[in-house]
Amino acid sequence: MAFTLYSLIQAAILCVNAVAVLHEERFLTKIGWGVDQSVGGFGDEPGIKVQLMNLVRSVRTVMRVPLIAVNSVCIVLLLLFG
Amino acid sequence: EDLDCHSYNNVGQRGRAAPPAGDSVLFEDTSSAAPAMNNQGYYTPGYNMGGTSNDMQGGAGVNNLFTDPMANAAMMYGSSLANQGKDMVNKEISRFMSVNKLKYFFAVDTRYVLKKLMILMFPYTHQDWEVRYHRDTPLTPRQDVNAPDLYIPTMAFITYILLAGMALGIQKRFSPEVLGLCASTALVWIIIEVLVMLLSLYLLTVHSDLSTFDLIAYSGYKYVGMIFTVLCGLLFGSDGYFVALAWSSCALMFFIVRSLKMKILPSLSSDSMGMGSSAKPQLRLYITVATAVFQPIIIYWLTSHLVR
Repeated sequence: MAFTLYSLIQAAILCVNAVAVLHEERFLTKIGWGVDQSVGGFGDEPGIKVQLMNLVRSVRTVMRVPLIAVNSVCIVLLLLFG
Repeated sequence: EDLDCHSYNNVGQRGRAAPPAGDSVLFEDTSSAAPAMNNQGYYTPGYNMGGTSNDMQGGAGVNNLFTDPMANAAMMYGSSLANQGKDMVNKEISRFMSVNKLKYFFAVDTRYVLKKLMILMFPYTHQDWEVRYHRDTPLTPRQDVNAPDLYIPTMAFITYILLAGMALGIQKRFSPEVLGLCASTALVWIIIEVLVMLLSLYLLTVHSDLSTFDLIAYSGYKYVGMIFTVLCGLLFGSDGYFVALAWSSCALMFFIVRSLKMKILPSLSSDSMGMGSSAKPQLRLYITVATAVFQPIIIYWLTSHLVR
């Protein structure tokens, strides 16, 4: 399995896109992963599921705008250079 | 260790600022004035006074070749421009990663490197695995043999790439693209491993003091084992390869488990609620063991195609 840096960048963009398309109210609350279902449990041990939900929500919030730019650049480059 | 660093660099400065006298200079050597100032500014920012006077003597020695004051002024302007550019680059870089923290990982000396290599290859007799602290800051690798460093992983990585090129050349399968491919594959595997470690440490809310550079260091130590394995495979054939693989895998697994155990697994005097962390020590143990088991797999993956 020979990796190039380009394939790593591709994989990273694809993964971040995959996380970004998870819609909050249409999908995540349906399977019990909405962020309003993560309250409760004080103390310093939030648990894996809560951490994962927080991670998904923060990735979606932070990467929404940069993903638009990165995806546009990718589309243009792929159209031009195949 | 600060005095060590300064005296070493001042010796370097004096050696560079004095151009070789009596040499017939075929072309104007303008390099001895400007880089001396640049290196000066980078390594010892607090010692500018002594260094500048040093450099002016060297500069005056070169300037005797220039009878034209315009060239003199142009050289001064060029060196000040280079200084400005260097300052700007430093400022931009320090926004992404703190250079001080990086310098901590490269503060090594020969004794530390030798001891660390011995521990990596034969960790079974090493007694004390605690990283020593000094008033809340971890000690530099020069003073503490258990501290992770980035010098050994970097050098081992480069040596591994060169060794891979040599191994492929012996088998007549060499071409420059393969070398680049090998290097980027190894780099990508390091990045993947560090990201998976960071993700798992975040998900399990392990409040350890393992920073990103620490994880890069620990996952770079496997290159020492890889180099040893590839060398034995080249020298002794396929049997030597498997024996060396087994040896370095066991040593590396032992090393990783003992090093990370201190940092990840909760110590006896932890301050968490006794009730809540009943599931977590198991998961933390799983992380440590998974990291250790991943090392032989990746060593085999990255070196088996070099030794047939």
